[in-house]
Amino acid sequence: MSDPLVRLENVRFAYGERTILRDISLSIPRGKVVAIMGGSGCGKTTLLRLIGGQEKAVGGQVRVDGQDVATLGRDALYAMRRRMGMLFQFGALFTDMTVFDNVAFPLREHTELPAELINDLVLMKLHAVGLRGAARLMPGELSGGMARRVALARTIALDPMLLMYDEPFTGLDPISLGVIGQLIRRLNDALGASSVIVTHDIQESLQIVDYIYFISEGRVVAEGTPDEIRHTTDPFVHQFVHAEVDGPVPFHYPSDDYAAALTGGKA
Amino acid sequence: MGGLRKLGSVAIEVVWQLGFIARFFWLILVYSGQSFTRLNLTIRELYFSGVLSLLIILVSGLFVGLVLGLQGYEILQRYGSSDSMGTMVALSLLRELGPVVAGLLFASRAGSAVTAEIGLMKVTEQLKAMDMMAVSPIARVVAPRFWGGVISMPLLAAMFSTMGIFGGWLIGVVFIGIDDGAFWSQMQAAVDFRYDVLNGVIKSCAFGVAVSLIAVFQGYDCVPTAEGVSRAITRTVVSSALAILALDFVMTSFMFRGL
Amino acid sequence: MSRTTLDLWVGIFVAMGIAALLFLALKVGSISGSEIRSPYTLTAHFDNIGGLKARAPVKSSGVLVGRVEQIRYDNERFQAEVVFTVDGRYKFPVDTFANILTSGLLGEQYLGLEPGGEEKILAPGETIKKTQSAVVLEKLISQFMFDKAAAGEPAPTK
Repeated sequence: MSDPLVRLENVRFAYGERTILRDISLSIPRGKVVAIMGGSGCGKTTLLRLIGGQEKAVGGQVRVDGQDVATLGRDALYAMRRRMGMLFQFGALFTDMTVFDNVAFPLREHTELPAELINDLVLMKLHAVGLRGAARLMPGELSGGMARRVALARTIALDPMLLMYDEPFTGLDPISLGVIGQLIRRLNDALGASSVIVTHDIQESLQIVDYIYFISEGRVVAEGTPDEIRHTTDPFVHQFVHAEVDGPVPFHYPSDDYAAALTGGKA
Repeated sequence: MGGLRKLGSVAIEVVWQLGFIARFFWLILVYSGQSFTRLNLTIRELYFSGVLSLLIILVSGLFVGLVLGLQGYEILQRYGSSDSMGTMVALSLLRELGPVVAGLLFASRAGSAVTAEIGLMKVTEQLKAMDMMAVSPIARVVAPRFWGGVISMPLLAAMFSTMGIFGGWLIGVVFIGIDDGAFWSQMQAAVDFRYDVLNGVIKSCAFGVAVSLIAVFQGYDCVPTAEGVSRAITRTVVSSALAILALDFVMTSFMFRGL
Repeated sequence: MSRTTLDLWVGIFVAMGIAALLFLALKVGSISGSEIRSPYTLTAHFDNIGGLKARAPVKSSGVLVGRVEQIRYDNERFQAEVVFTVDGRYKFPVDTFANILTSGLLGEQYLGLEPGGEEKILAPGETIKKTQSAVVLEKLISQFMFDKAAAGEPAPTK
């Protein structure tokens, strides 16, 4: 009840010379939906990879359900991942199987359940995302929004305790956007799980999440509940939330004097 | 000076890649259990790599045999040895042309397809998704494709050689009119099971391992963009061809030494 | 592509492959011909081995009974030493002749064994005493020409 499901403490991450995350400390409380926002390339997706154990932090600790992810051996890591679900940006459905087989995949791989039970479970998951009728289609026949919903059904197949979403709202039409947002909230509450959403869609996030973290230049620059964020005085967050053209994130790429450049240095 | 440095860095890159491939090969072997306990995974790959290559292998084998027959007859009849055509066609195919040409065709048709498949799965993050679902992509995706290729290759090479001998027979006996009995009996007398047939099979097995390993590796290791996949496919075909020819030389010098 | 159709095609494929392998092994190659069971080794010395190579056949009465394993030069006797294996089912007496013969006129050379009449049998590792070297064509021709010249020439003038 009290301790958070996911806790990052002073996490540092670098790709060789490039430092992506300098000093990240955040926590995902149990049962809550948390959004992690920031500009493109600020390291949001890397955070998800660190939580899922696909990358190892260079400094600091990443704890999931009390366990330090970096110290887990392969079997322990796989055991941990069975309790997590990750939704990739474009769904990442297996293109050589039907929608039904995609959702059934985790069930068939990790459980010994009989075929009839798996059949029921798959149909239930598909029904939860509203796509039970599409069970026999191939991923190639689905629209972007539908593909993401099927991937969502696959993500919740084993009733995970932690759900991770990598840019779930990107490239969707307004209706699909609303649908996905509602599904994220409803499924989280129905499963009693915790969710982490990495996104830069501010409007949708403000409506469904419990807490937001803002990342810039490898650090947490702001955090708060949606209400706090809407009324923030922090200039960076303000610019982000109100989609201002210029502010702490400048409009102009660093360059020399405008007048001098135009006249070409000639007097 | 800069040229030498470039050469050095290329050499280091090659050695590094070889080490990488070796480690990858080891991983595949370690994770191969599922390829055989869940046989339908491998059977599916046998279909896509083996069965779908049948047409090109059989047709090419036939044509190679026909050409061998024609060219062989042209030369042999100058020395009055046209009866030896059966021997010549059989030995050429069994020892060299069968394994090598079938290997090259297999690399172009099946090897490139496997690289494309795995590469595309990498681009669309399917491999990462599988990994996040606690299923090893090497066990589930890579290893079955590897074994599918390894099993298919010697079978295809044997069928290539068979079609080739048939082609040689067609030209020699049916069209040119060489004695049917002489064709087969001379062949049987000259072809030794251990040295010719078996060595050819061993060669095709070695080529199968090389081509399959290169194909799955290039797909798994490619840059996850469309351009990266297409470059990986090219690399599969080129590297496989070079590997086959190099291995062929090494194995031939071991097998047919002192003859 | 349903699972059963897939399995069927793979089954056909594997069956065809195995059939091709069997065809090559049995009808094309001579699988029974090269079987030499429980071989034992014998040695023979020759003045000239001609074109005899390792792996050349060892035949008796025209039937394959063994294989040449190694050909060495014996610096003490100044002769070629041929080590060969013989199928364990066949025994040869100690006065067997070992000849280097040619298949046909210009074919490959092989080792021919002609048994003598002795009761005692050659034991494994023993050396054959009676050998006949290969016929070297050039020597034959020059011999022929020499004889011809000697015969055609009238008796030396007195």
